[in-house]
Amino acid sequence: MTVIAPYRSGQRPGPDGFAQLLHAEWTKFRTVRGWVIGTIVAVVVAAGIGLLGTGSGQHFCQQVASIGPARSGADCGLPVFRLGPDGEPVSDSFFFVRQPLAGNGSITVRVTSLTGLLPSSNPNGPPAPTRPGLQEWAKAGIIIKQDTGQGSRYAALMVAGGHGVRMQWNYTADTPGLPGIVGPASPRWLRLTRAGDVITGYDSADGTRWAQVGTVTLPGLPSTVQAGLFTASPDDNQESQHLGGGVNAGGGPTQATAVFDHVTAPGGSFTGGYVGSAEIPGTGGYHQAGGRYTVTGSGDIAPIPAGHGGPADAAATLTSYLLGTFAGLIALTVVAAMFMTAEYRRDLIRVTLAASPRRGRTLAAKAVVIGAVSFAAGLVSAIVALMAGTAITHARGYYEFPVAGPTVVRVVIGTAALAAVSAVLALAIGAMVRRSATAVAIVIAAIVLPYFLAVAAVVPLGAADWLLRITPAAGFAVQGPYPAYPQVTAIYSALSGYFPLAPGAGFAVLCGWTAVALAGAAWLLRRRDA
Amino acid sequence: MEATIEVSGLRKRFGSAQALDGMSFTVLPGQVTGFVGPNGAGKSTTMRIILGLDAADEGTALTGGVAYRTLRHPLSHVGALLDAAALQPSRSARNHLLWLAHSQGMGGRRADEVLALTGLASVARRKAGGFSLGMRQRLGIAAALLGDPPVIMMDEPFNGMDPEGIVWMRGFLKSLAAEGRAVLVSSHLMSELQDTAGHLIVIGRGQVIADTSVAALIEAASGERVELRTPARTEAMTVLAHAGATVAATAPDQLTVSGLPAQKIVAALTDGHVPFTEVAAHRATLEEAYMELTRDAVEFPAGGARR
Repeated sequence: MTVIAPYRSGQRPGPDGFAQLLHAEWTKFRTVRGWVIGTIVAVVVAAGIGLLGTGSGQHFCQQVASIGPARSGADCGLPVFRLGPDGEPVSDSFFFVRQPLAGNGSITVRVTSLTGLLPSSNPNGPPAPTRPGLQEWAKAGIIIKQDTGQGSRYAALMVAGGHGVRMQWNYTADTPGLPGIVGPASPRWLRLTRAGDVITGYDSADGTRWAQVGTVTLPGLPSTVQAGLFTASPDDNQESQHLGGGVNAGGGPTQATAVFDHVTAPGGSFTGGYVGSAEIPGTGGYHQAGGRYTVTGSGDIAPIPAGHGGPADAAATLTSYLLGTFAGLIALTVVAAMFMTAEYRRDLIRVTLAASPRRGRTLAAKAVVIGAVSFAAGLVSAIVALMAGTAITHARGYYEFPVAGPTVVRVVIGTAALAAVSAVLALAIGAMVRRSATAVAIVIAAIVLPYFLAVAAVVPLGAADWLLRITPAAGFAVQGPYPAYPQVTAIYSALSGYFPLAPGAGFAVLCGWTAVALAGAAWLLRRRDA
Repeated sequence: MEATIEVSGLRKRFGSAQALDGMSFTVLPGQVTGFVGPNGAGKSTTMRIILGLDAADEGTALTGGVAYRTLRHPLSHVGALLDAAALQPSRSARNHLLWLAHSQGMGGRRADEVLALTGLASVARRKAGGFSLGMRQRLGIAAALLGDPPVIMMDEPFNGMDPEGIVWMRGFLKSLAAEGRAVLVSSHLMSELQDTAGHLIVIGRGQVIADTSVAALIEAASGERVELRTPARTEAMTVLAHAGATVAATAPDQLTVSGLPAQKIVAALTDGHVPFTEVAAHRATLEEAYMELTRDAVEFPAGGARR
């Protein structure tokens, strides 16, 4: 038998780390032109649909003309949003019976009645409210406010039409006190105490046993503030969402009247007047007789939800700029699914796994590559959509619903992360089902379809909320720029940028699905014959 | 590492079909080992198990003494071509090799080298989807050679090749083996391996039927048979049958005689005054030997023909 010297490979082995797998998978991705084009299409489509949406917005002047002079902006220019201390748009108009409060002090009242008037049920009736009834968030009580300017800092303790005693401050914060409806048989005692920057609210049913409702620090409060009684009653929005996503808003202005007695305040006499202005001139006022103060007012002290109420109706929002995200996700998930299923279409997976037998790492490398590509695509499309959307809105004389800078950053990064995780989910599903068409169908049904059903209001609002809670589409919550306020009646729909879950929670749901799918894919990939 | 493939007691069942039923063999370096058997005999399954792609129900498969899945730079140990169609059609030939090279920590220069080695340099930037099957086979071989491995394994590499390609492939395989590599080449047609393989592993129904050198196999298949050429076929058959031989007519003027040595055949024909023009020992072709083997495995029990 001849002895043959064993052959030695002339190739010096390179490193065998995860970086080499990433390099290989990245080379795989970038060398298929269809996938690169598909990714670019995703960016263009996602940004483009948002711009189309921006173009179809309503011009503010048209909006003013259709509503009437009561809401006209200054010379039909950009309307002035009243901004709260944190930069969010707010309503701040109410009837205020006030006195200056110098330094520390306390104001106490008893509220014995809260009644109101709602808009006429006859659509052709008078604009002023005539029908007895109380708006659920009509509010009357005591308030300590930085000054009488709209949007200034405050803390207030009140009875609300249908929500018992509430303590609210700086427009967005709200915490409950005693429940129940106020009336002569069940009066409510309210007390606000200022000590430095700290304001504390107490309530009581009998004026002797007091409970703290809440305490808040309002930094930078001047030494002399305005304190007193107030009444407000927001518009009655008879909104209903109908098929196709539209929102019918009926209703109109309301007013409320509250009766106070046992008023204890350190200052001198009270003066009455509106903060802001009466929505319907002539409503609102107060009189005092024998220690009883009767205060009538309309308006609201609350944040303005995007897409609802007053000037926000016609404002362009971040959400409308990003409306094309779902279409971009379709393109991206198709590319991501094919990045995996193409391996199976022609048994290329055997070449891949022969080159890198550690299957879990191979899957991880694919996920990282497609995730990074999709993150970049999502980032670019979100930035382009927001910048172009803002530019177009301004150029056409439309106006935008204000959003704080950090929120914009979160929405942009969130959109990129949504794209990345959705793509990884598509990849994982592709690895499990191994067929492009099936994988794409599952991914679209899991991510895009629930979102679309919810946004287009094909399903009722309650069902839409559940779709956006439990399906991977919950991840769209990262695009929600504004929180929903329970203390403001509105339809908080996905179309307006409101999601049932907080951004982090919604994203966590998507990540959870993706982790499960990825684990399943890794298990099957390891277990199955290639 | 040792340039060997060691397969021991492999069993693999797909549903109700027993694909492998105790497959055992060893592939040694320095020669081309043919891996032959009818379609469905278990060639591809065995190869996939060697590469760690399929898991065996029982048994082990080692390359260079270790399980493939534990290799860190597998392409520097084993180069395999399982299916020339296993590529992304829209990716160019060079890019196909490039991602493979990157997965082993190698660069693009090695991809260019193997493209030149397999004669694909001029079409390197073309989409592999437009390649003929023969060109894809070359690309698959280029991929197998990427890591310059001591063990090479190819499943049906002659498929779809034109005659020129087949000649090139034979020479190429032999040169790889001559460098000291272990080369395992499967085929369902023995003729493709004629003049190429030095050793043969013949399998059927998931088992090894014969594990032998080509020379030994042909000798065994040739038996004690004699080719006889005669213008008087009928007389010759009568005379030889009388003498105790088994005679089969293979052509109008040709007989194959067994059971009688050549000298006795000549004597019997001379005695009977039967004219003949040629008497020669029968030499079976590899194809015949293979047909005989796979027709009835009992004639050549695996142990009987072993080295």
